[in-house]
Amino acid sequence: MGQPVKRIDARSKVTGRARYVADVKIQGMLYGKMLFSPHAHAHIKGIDTSKAEGLPGVWAVITAQHIPGENQIGVVTPDQPLLAQETVRFVGDCVALVAAESASVAEKALGLIRVDYQTLPGVYTAQEALGENSPLVHQGGNLLTHLKIRKGDLKKGIGECDILLEETFHTQRQEHVYIETIGALAIPEGDGSMTILGSIQCPFYVQKGVAHVLGLPMNKVRIVQATTGGGFGGKEDVPSEICGFASLLAWKTHRPVQMILTREEDLRRSSKRHPMSVTYKMGATKGGKILCAQIEVLADVGAYATLSPVVMFRSTVHATGPYEIPHVKVDTYGAYTNNIPSGAMRGFGTPEVTFAHESMVDELAAKLNMDPIQIRLINGLRLGSQTATGQVLRESVGLEETIVKAKEACDWESKRAEDKRIGPSRRRGLGASAMFYGVSLGAKGWPLDGSAAAVQVHQDGSVSVAIGGTEMGQGAQTVVAQMAAECMGLSLDRIAILATDTSLVPDSGPTVASRTTVFSGNATLNALEQIKRSMTELASELLAVAPEKLDFRDGQVLGGGKKISFDQLVQHCYSRNINLGAEGWFVSPPCSFDEETGQGDAYYVYGYGTQIAEVEVDLDTGQVQVLRVTAAHDVGKAINPQGVSCQIEGGVVQGVGYALLENFMMVKGQIQTPDLATYTIPTSLDVPQVEPIIVEAISEKGPYGAKGLGEQPIIPTAAAVANAIHDATGIRITKLPIGPEALRRALLEERKEL
Amino acid sequence: MTAESKNQAIQLVVNGKTHRAVVAPQATLLELIRDHLGLTGTKEGCGKGQCGACTVLLDGKPVNSCLMLAVQAQGHQVVTIEGAEHEKELDPIQQAFIDEGAVQCGFCTPGLILSARALLDQHPHPDEDHIKEAISGHLCRCTGYSAIIRAIRRAASGGKS
Repeated sequence: MGQPVKRIDARSKVTGRARYVADVKIQGMLYGKMLFSPHAHAHIKGIDTSKAEGLPGVWAVITAQHIPGENQIGVVTPDQPLLAQETVRFVGDCVALVAAESASVAEKALGLIRVDYQTLPGVYTAQEALGENSPLVHQGGNLLTHLKIRKGDLKKGIGECDILLEETFHTQRQEHVYIETIGALAIPEGDGSMTILGSIQCPFYVQKGVAHVLGLPMNKVRIVQATTGGGFGGKEDVPSEICGFASLLAWKTHRPVQMILTREEDLRRSSKRHPMSVTYKMGATKGGKILCAQIEVLADVGAYATLSPVVMFRSTVHATGPYEIPHVKVDTYGAYTNNIPSGAMRGFGTPEVTFAHESMVDELAAKLNMDPIQIRLINGLRLGSQTATGQVLRESVGLEETIVKAKEACDWESKRAEDKRIGPSRRRGLGASAMFYGVSLGAKGWPLDGSAAAVQVHQDGSVSVAIGGTEMGQGAQTVVAQMAAECMGLSLDRIAILATDTSLVPDSGPTVASRTTVFSGNATLNALEQIKRSMTELASELLAVAPEKLDFRDGQVLGGGKKISFDQLVQHCYSRNINLGAEGWFVSPPCSFDEETGQGDAYYVYGYGTQIAEVEVDLDTGQVQVLRVTAAHDVGKAINPQGVSCQIEGGVVQGVGYALLENFMMVKGQIQTPDLATYTIPTSLDVPQVEPIIVEAISEKGPYGAKGLGEQPIIPTAAAVANAIHDATGIRITKLPIGPEALRRALLEERKEL
Repeated sequence: MTAESKNQAIQLVVNGKTHRAVVAPQATLLELIRDHLGLTGTKEGCGKGQCGACTVLLDGKPVNSCLMLAVQAQGHQVVTIEGAEHEKELDPIQQAFIDEGAVQCGFCTPGLILSARALLDQHPHPDEDHIKEAISGHLCRCTGYSAIIRAIRRAASGGKS
């Protein structure tokens, strides 16, 4: 525990033996394909599938009218038909499905389906969507969500400021680019039930969604997660749609149906990070104390809500950044458009606002002639601080330590003082950025915030652990195995973590929100403690030692100078019919959020982090190279420090992509970046040297004191890069991504004598 | 398969074993490896040569198997991830990937290991820039590449970090 361990799934992955859903073929299997809408907004007047049905090798063609259950897949808001019936609202909407003997026959059949569309006027920006007389994406109006925070007295705060700054920032649509596209294999069982194997982040969402569209009770739908090749939020709710498609075809044909999305299909269908416009007014005293923040966020939700209401909750709660500010007014709006839906992506509404508030804080520091580190230390949250939602932080606030450690590790003072000019047209700069992030689902997701584990100790003393959380690359299985091994005093190789399966454990909520270490970990410990109680009782009898003196360590149960091996004790338990199976459960501590004032304990605990980026800017080309990122993150107890460091490295590089490269572009609802040649992510040639620093502010509720980490590392990077560019050039860029053209243009406009 | 297409018989050596297969002229090497030979360790991430997940070694050189026709492999030597192990012993690169935490979701891993193998076969002691260049055709979204670069360096220095 707390020692770096090798991942338990690494060997299966380096040998190519790990089985992803596309690697599974079963007898009689058909291949599914979906027909996309060519239009961003249109009325469906008719669909003729007869020619496609007549094509040899085609086994089924399905449209909305065939759906046996309810044609509805929206995870938070019931606004999303699984198959478009009357209206298509974005180019990823699907109007028909085909199952055929091969993917190429299915593809050919799609070309034979005739759909008669009447195109409708669309809306393509959130601003447009909220304008008067804008076309409606949904009948209820284009405003999906408005959340607010009212804390203190904004007018008073503004009046007391010595300096008040205002700026609007724009962030772009970002795609997850998990390297394995989404896929599903739906297997109709003889008893009328459906088993689905898939590349899935949240199996319990899929179970509910598929049961709903098939009109089956949930006990007739079993979801098994295959090895999953990355998620980052992109496989949170979208797999419910793809598994829904595959299971409809399987239901119709009574044959197994596999659907593996091509990269183009995946990019066209799957949700993205929200494009946002965020306006900040932030004021401070001469001494650098931030007194007020007035914040307005406008997000492009796209055609369907997906997870937007919850994403916007995060944007709202985290809008001020990790600072104690007495007077706060926040309004966040999410508006429907005819773009691809915006949904869950690592950081979930936080990287967007962090880019803005961290740019603002640096601007305040610059105007006050203050060191950017200093202003963060003055205002940063600490024990006893009150957040923007009025939550008093009573435990585990590691922000200050992350700031100080990052600053020291990157040699901040001497580097900031160095000459920025390193050549006639090259400048270097250093920029800092801080963040906080609520662990797990918080007040808006609290009803989903319980998790289960089912554990059994086998006759030979080996242990199986089934958890409700999923492994998608982040290392969840390894940390849960570590905790189980520690708890039972066994070596790691005695623990097996089973593939996540809805038939093994009760609904454990989604694997999102950096919650798995805490929730699956605590649930596992809860189950193990029950088993340990039974084992301790018998050991006490066998050894004649009081139970409270017994300890599970090094494969033994020992105390009072006596011991018995774990394996022997297990055999004794079996010979006496003592149950060595148990189910564990963990529920989030209570959270609250008042809809009118935005006040409450929004999340039960927060993670904190500070990153410092060092960049080199080529003034002639506008090209930015990120040389180094020092990334200090407070994760509570780091169960597997190697895993934590690797998560930080990966998250930072995604953040560099967000800062400089990535932009999923749409024009009038049509995708401009349909593949990985046009939507580019960082390669090995683009990456900085990343220095991860682990800070451990122990959390009382976490297993062994752990909090969460998955999302943190991507959150502050873009702002750190933007602040470093400002340090290098004096140019403040307010729009992501900071591509060479934009920076070069800004440099020319400013006519800076650099 | 279209009516006018004519299947072709080919012979190639995969992981040291000679295979004969009858393939459609448009079938890719990736399809041959995964669907005909059942070697599913080779992954498809994009089907267009943009991600590198399907990389295999053709006569010791890394190629995107999704961009190569199966018939073009006629008479050649192919190594897939299943052929990276020697006598059930992991290749030092595979071991280094495990040791350095260079594996997360694992989907890019087989291709990267093979590109690294080709690099070290040609240049047993590459510098960091050389390693970055050699793997620049592979997309990895989890690791940020740092651990992968460390792993390749480790393998090059006989397993020491």
